[in-house]
Amino acid sequence: MSSTATILDAAKPIPERLVMPATDHLVDSLDPEPHPPDDAEDLPTAAVVFDVDAVSVYYGEFRAVQDASLKVHEHEITAFIGPSGCGKTTLLRCFNRMNDLISSARVTGSLCYYGVDLYNPQVDAVEVRRRIGMVFQKPNPFPKSIKDNVAYGPKVAGLAKKGPAMDDIVENSLRKAALWDEVKDRLNDNALGLSGGQQQRLCIARAIATDPDVLLMDEPCSALDPIATTRIEELMHDLKTDYSIVIVTHNMQQAARVSDRTAFFSVEVNADSDSRTGILVEYDFTQHIFSNPSDERTENYVTGRFG
Amino acid sequence: MQTNEPVSVGASGSARQNVPLTTAALAGSPHRLRKENLISKLMYGAALVSVVVSGLIMYALFSEAWVFMRDVDWAQTWGQIGWFPRRGIYDMPTLLIASFWTTLIAMVVAAPLGLGAAIYLSEYARSSHRALFKPILEVLAGIPSVVFGFFALLWLAPNVVANIGGAGGRGSMVAAGLGVGILTIPLVASISEDAMAAVPKSLREASAGLGARKAVTTLRVVLPAAVSGLVASMIVAVSRALGETMVVFMAGGAADAAVRTITPYDGSLTMPAAMASLASGTDQVVGEGLTFQSLFFVGLVLFLLTLGLNLIGDRFVARIREQY
Ligand SMILES: Nc1ncnc2c1ncn2[C@@H]1O[C@H](COP(=O)(O)OP(=O)(O)OP(=O)(O)O)[C@@H](O)[C@H]1O
Ligand SMILES: [Mg+2]
Repeated sequence: MSSTATILDAAKPIPERLVMPATDHLVDSLDPEPHPPDDAEDLPTAAVVFDVDAVSVYYGEFRAVQDASLKVHEHEITAFIGPSGCGKTTLLRCFNRMNDLISSARVTGSLCYYGVDLYNPQVDAVEVRRRIGMVFQKPNPFPKSIKDNVAYGPKVAGLAKKGPAMDDIVENSLRKAALWDEVKDRLNDNALGLSGGQQQRLCIARAIATDPDVLLMDEPCSALDPIATTRIEELMHDLKTDYSIVIVTHNMQQAARVSDRTAFFSVEVNADSDSRTGILVEYDFTQHIFSNPSDERTENYVTGRFG
Repeated sequence: MQTNEPVSVGASGSARQNVPLTTAALAGSPHRLRKENLISKLMYGAALVSVVVSGLIMYALFSEAWVFMRDVDWAQTWGQIGWFPRRGIYDMPTLLIASFWTTLIAMVVAAPLGLGAAIYLSEYARSSHRALFKPILEVLAGIPSVVFGFFALLWLAPNVVANIGGAGGRGSMVAAGLGVGILTIPLVASISEDAMAAVPKSLREASAGLGARKAVTTLRVVLPAAVSGLVASMIVAVSRALGETMVVFMAGGAADAAVRTITPYDGSLTMPAAMASLASGTDQVVGEGLTFQSLFFVGLVLFLLTLGLNLIGDRFVARIREQY
C-alpha cells in the first residue's frame, strides 16, 4: 500500500548479486547444511534463542515499535533490515535490556530468552548482558588503552585477572575481530587513536572477549572497508557454530550473504495522529525474503524501489 | 532566464549568478564586516581591562611585600612564639599550620561529600530527585560565608567539635575547618557533576553492555573519563578553603594575634584571617614599622601557594587524563 509499484515492476527479476551471495564458498565450507530450501518449513528447526511475542517499545508516549513477533534461532544469523528510523536498533536493544538505560523507554509484550522472560522483575539486566553481548551502531571505545578496552569485560565479569590468561583473551579477541595485526605493537596506546573502522573492530573484539552466548550487532560494518567487512562476515560465520547472532544492517548484499533469516521492518504512518511507528513487515528465511518475498513492501525494499 | 549557465540557489532562495565568479562577489558586505570588527575590538577592550587590573593588583602586592622582605629581620619570621604583627613578631609557621589544618579538615569534609553528591546526581538520581537536589545545592552555594562563620562558632563548636575531643565554648581550627568544609561542598559537587555529566552516554552504554554494574561503570569508566574536571574541582575547593576569610576569622578562635600551636583544637590564625584582623578595627594598621607591609607579604605567600597548586594540578591532569 505504501508503494506505487506496478505489477510489472514487481515481476522484474531481482538483481543477481542480491540473490547469489558472493561468499558462497564460506557457506559451503563452514556450514554443513546448505541454505534451507524453499520449503524449509519441513526441516527440524534449531532451538529458539529469542521468542519475541507482540513486543511494542515506547519512548514516552511515542511508539517506536509496534507488535513485533519473531523467533531467533540458535546458531543462526538473523538480520534486521529496513529503512532508517523503523526501530531496528530499538528492538535490538530490548534483547539485552539495554533500553533500561533510557528512562523514557518502556517495553510491552513478551520477550523470552531460552524460555525465560527477560522482563520478569526477578531477572537482573546485568546477568542478561553478560550472556548477550552488543556491538553498538557508533563505535564507542573507552578512552583507555586498546588492551584495557578488550580486557574490560573479562575483568568485570571475573573471567580473568591481569597476566598471561588475560593477554590470551586479548589476543584471541583481537584476532577474531581482524584487528590483531594492526594493533599488536601498540596495545598500550589509547584506543581513540585508532581509525573509525579500527575502533568498530575493537568494539567487536571487546564484545567477544566476554564470551557471550549471543552477539547483537548494530550495523557493525557501516564504517568498515570491504576487506575488513569480509573479515567481520567471516568472523560471524565462525562464531555461528557456537553463538547466535542478530545483526542490523543497511547493506542488503550483506544481509543476503551472511544471514539465515531476515526480518524486514518498515515505518507505518498513522493517518489520524500523524505518528510514525516501526512495524515488522515480514520475517522469513533470507532466501525467501530476497528471492520470493510474500509482501509487496519487502519486495520493493530489497529490490531498491522503496519509496 | 533561458540561459544554460549553471545557476545555484542560495539559502535565501534567490538565484545567484556563479559564472563568471568575481572577487567582489565573495568580498562580503562592508556593513557586516565593520560590525564584526567593532565587536572584536570591544571584546579585546574588556579582556585588556581585566588584565590591566590584575596587573595593578599584582604590582601593589609585590611592591609592598618587597618592602617587607627587604627591611624585615628574617629571624622574626621563623621560629618565634607566634604571630604578633603589632610587636614585630611575624612567625609564618603559625599561619601556615593554621591554614594547613583548616584546609585539610575542610577537604576531608568537602571532598567525599561533594563527590558523593555529584556521583549521586549524575549517575543515580532520578530526574525528579535531581530537580529537587540541584537547587538546594545552588542555594547552599549562595549563602554568605559570614553565616557559615556564625554556624561554625555557635553550632558546630558546641555540638560537633565538643564531641570529637575539642572544647565546645570557643572557636578553634577544627570548628573553622568544618565550617569551611560545609561551605565548600556545593562547589565540589557542582564542578564534579558538570565533569561527570560531560562524559558521553555511549561510554556508559558500552560498559553496561559488557555486563558491568552501575557502580563499576561509575568507578572504572565515568570517574576516569571525568578526572580532569574532578581534579579541577578539588583544586578550586582547596584554593577556596585556603583563601576563605570570614569563617576562619569568626570561628578560628583567635583575634589579631596567635601563639604557634600544632593542635587543631586550639584557636589560631590562618593567613587570610591574619590579614583580615590586621586590616580591620578602628586603629587600622598601627604597630611596629612593618606591620602594614606584613599584610602584603602574607598575601603574596597565599597567592604563590594557590598558583603552585594550580600548576601542579594542571600537570597532574595532563598526565592521567582520559580524553574522550
Ligand atoms: N532515546 C530515544 N528517545 C526517543 N526516541 C527515540 C530514542 N531512540 C530512538 N528513538 C526514535 O525511535 C525510532 C526508531 O529509532 P531506531 O534508532 O530504533 O531506528 P533504526 O531503525 O535503528 O534507524 P537507523 O537505521 O537510522 O539506525 C525513531 O523514530 C527514533 O527517533
Ligand atoms: Mg539504528
